[in-house]
Amino acid sequence: MNDKLIDKPVSRRTFLKGTSTSLVIGMYLPMLASKSATAAQPVSSATANAFIKIHANNTVTVLSKHIEFGQGTFTGLATLAAEELDADWSQIRAEHAPADVKLYVNSLFGIQGTGGSTAIASSYLTMRKAGAHAKQWLKQAAAKLWQVPVERLEVNRGIIFDKTTGKKATFGDLVSTAAGMDSPTAEVMLKTPEQFKLIGRDLPKLDTADKSSGNAQYTMDVHLDDMVVATVAHSPKFGGTVASFDATNTLKVKGVIDVKQIATGVAVYATSTFAAIKGRRELKIQWDNSKAERRSSKVLFNDFHQSLASSGKVAGERGQIKDVLSQSENTIELSYEFPYLAHAPMEPLDVVVQHKNGAVTTWFGSQIPTIDQATIAQVFGVKPEKVQINTLLAGGSFGRRTTPDSGLALEAALVTKAFEKPVPVKLVWTREDDIQGGRYRPMAVHKVKATYEDNNILGWQQEVATQSIVANSPFAGMIQNGIDPTSVEGAHNQPYAVPHFQVNLTDMHTGVPVLWWRSVGHTHTGYVVETLIDTLLEKTNADPVDGRVALLAEYPREAQVLVSVKKMAEQAGKPAVGRMRGVAMVKSFGSYVAQIAEVSKGSDGMPKVHRVWCAVDCGVAVNPNVIRAQIEGGIGYGLDAILHGEITLADGGDVNQSNFHNYPVLRINEMPEIEVEIIKSAHAPTGVGEVGVPPIGPAVANAWRRLTGQQITRLPFAKSINT
Amino acid sequence: MTINIKVNGVNKEVDVTEDTPLLWVLRDELKLTGTKFGCGMAMCGACTVHIDGSAQRSCTMPIAGVANREITTIEAVSSKTANAIKAAWNELDVPQCGYCQSGQIMSAVDLLTKNSTPTDSDIDASMAGNVCRCATYSRIRKAIHLAADKLKE
Repeated sequence: MNDKLIDKPVSRRTFLKGTSTSLVIGMYLPMLASKSATAAQPVSSATANAFIKIHANNTVTVLSKHIEFGQGTFTGLATLAAEELDADWSQIRAEHAPADVKLYVNSLFGIQGTGGSTAIASSYLTMRKAGAHAKQWLKQAAAKLWQVPVERLEVNRGIIFDKTTGKKATFGDLVSTAAGMDSPTAEVMLKTPEQFKLIGRDLPKLDTADKSSGNAQYTMDVHLDDMVVATVAHSPKFGGTVASFDATNTLKVKGVIDVKQIATGVAVYATSTFAAIKGRRELKIQWDNSKAERRSSKVLFNDFHQSLASSGKVAGERGQIKDVLSQSENTIELSYEFPYLAHAPMEPLDVVVQHKNGAVTTWFGSQIPTIDQATIAQVFGVKPEKVQINTLLAGGSFGRRTTPDSGLALEAALVTKAFEKPVPVKLVWTREDDIQGGRYRPMAVHKVKATYEDNNILGWQQEVATQSIVANSPFAGMIQNGIDPTSVEGAHNQPYAVPHFQVNLTDMHTGVPVLWWRSVGHTHTGYVVETLIDTLLEKTNADPVDGRVALLAEYPREAQVLVSVKKMAEQAGKPAVGRMRGVAMVKSFGSYVAQIAEVSKGSDGMPKVHRVWCAVDCGVAVNPNVIRAQIEGGIGYGLDAILHGEITLADGGDVNQSNFHNYPVLRINEMPEIEVEIIKSAHAPTGVGEVGVPPIGPAVANAWRRLTGQQITRLPFAKSINT
Repeated sequence: MTINIKVNGVNKEVDVTEDTPLLWVLRDELKLTGTKFGCGMAMCGACTVHIDGSAQRSCTMPIAGVANREITTIEAVSSKTANAIKAAWNELDVPQCGYCQSGQIMSAVDLLTKNSTPTDSDIDASMAGNVCRCATYSRIRKAIHLAADKLKE
């Protein structure tokens, strides 16, 4: 969720320091394997360790400790395991691991969870070691079966063979023998990058076929015997509570079974989804708004600006910024406004919970299973291990399913508990619940003042006012000296060599719940830093790429992606008349991304983005196909936000938007042509799920400024251009 | 009330209120869950099915309006064009989260059935009703062109 989390583990490069042809990795690998059968009894599958099951039909299941919601984690983690297992890619399958923090901890979080683009980074060694361990286990089984020394055996593309005797076996052939054997305990040897056969290749994704045929199963698709569907009527204002309600008409709707008040609103239970939706429309609810947030977005922005002028904690500084600003004649002052944004994943939020005989079973796209499990357990008064989480594919998240307080799981547990029956209850949020449900990308205001002389950038002061995402959450420990790093990441540590520099943070408090939104703080800091540096370079007569590179002497990976992306765009020739190009570079989540956008003015007066070139350095490219897909998607997601994305509160605090008709999202006609180049790297892999998002906004804005002279500082573009 | 509908070539009798959208009949009654709920107001296309061979949004289509009409869902769409589209989706690894892709495929099949050589602007016009929050749009575009090319071979 934040660079700090990613940067903590210092061991990521240590494996590269080895000089032998293979490397011994002694890290902890949780084991599940034990003697589950004897060699005499054929079994259909055997568990090598916590991450790998081998089946008699010769398929291999890799258990993913991270949720698959489109970022390609099934494919990525399975690639790592299959590499060291020396499996054939066609025999690999993936499924979600259960909730078990001891076995499936995210080493960068300390709990089981997905986020911060950490899945590959936190699994690079773990999954490879799991694969190497399973290979050793299978080799030992073959050695026992053939009565030959294990050292003589080799494995290639799923076949174990003994060159001396010519004996061969598939993994499936060895399952029964392996199942009866102890798990190998010796440390395993991992390959060096030159030995990789699968890592670095465009392997086809494991989940494509199911997702191209309607067969993929999401929470929304769960149908269980006696299952009831529930909707919840939530307060139209954040912080509003139920004063009283009348369900008379709701209970007349065919299919509605019951209505209950819960802590988050009024729950309607029905035999079908449509009846639960229809029944909810008939509720009459009086809300107690005495503690609700009633300020409009307009008032909130005003309050943010006012607070910014009067306070602020230093998040980063060097030099004598105040002296430089007071003495300089050439200054630029800009004030930026960023609205709330909804994540709007395609699958509206949903959870299935069943409480029966003292145990709780759940089915949903759990993004932080450890916290979800504890939260649900608390509601039912059971121990966390009594809560079983069956993690399912999620139809997108973009951060929305990572609520630190497990808000969604909590509501589902409350809904199920209030029903007081041992049947499964499926909580379904509609799109309106999703758009109006808060947990938004926080609003932010940035005020910048920069100064330059004789073609040199001298000073840079940036004041940020925004609401903390991690305050009062289990992640609050990330706050250091009063600074939530997710509020200023990418700003207080921006890489450009400006001698006098300061970034201040004013922490805002509102009743609107906020959350990480794909690329988190970089969604606004990247926009400000990259539009400001671009403006300053223009003022100081520098080329936008060369000028940046000149200020990045100590940041070679940042500079490299800029140089690469410039070359990509140059190879495409000059832009056509009426088009202009803009560049931006943002490092986030340990990865380096530079983009150039080619933009013209569309017939509607809005930017038309024709092409985007992107260079990305994410260390070892585990699966270039998945990386390109994530960058393409990230560009689309970021472009959507800067062009249209805006959640606003009306006077009184109600959310103005409710569905895709008034919360417009990017459609295919707005999608640019995208070219992605992945920098060849031996660094340990870093995330790609979020890193495509931050540069596209400023790249488009910089092109637009150079095209029209208009500096867009109030987002989205639609707001600045149409008002 | 009891309503007779024909889904994927099979006659079905369902007992629902006549205002029930086709989407919820398919999903909750017939357990054909490939057709997705995304917005409930025909703004996202996740619920796209074919009715008498044409792409339609099932989330706003009352069941009473489709009695005795031919309904085809992602589970059964299998014309030569449909198979070419699905093959192209696989070849280019189009899906990310995958939730919208049933609807994307149903719209793409409809487009390619009616226009065997769609241009980029034809694709924009036909596919702009289908939202993909993962923004797999560039691959969707390429996959439609790929399927069109394969069908010409």
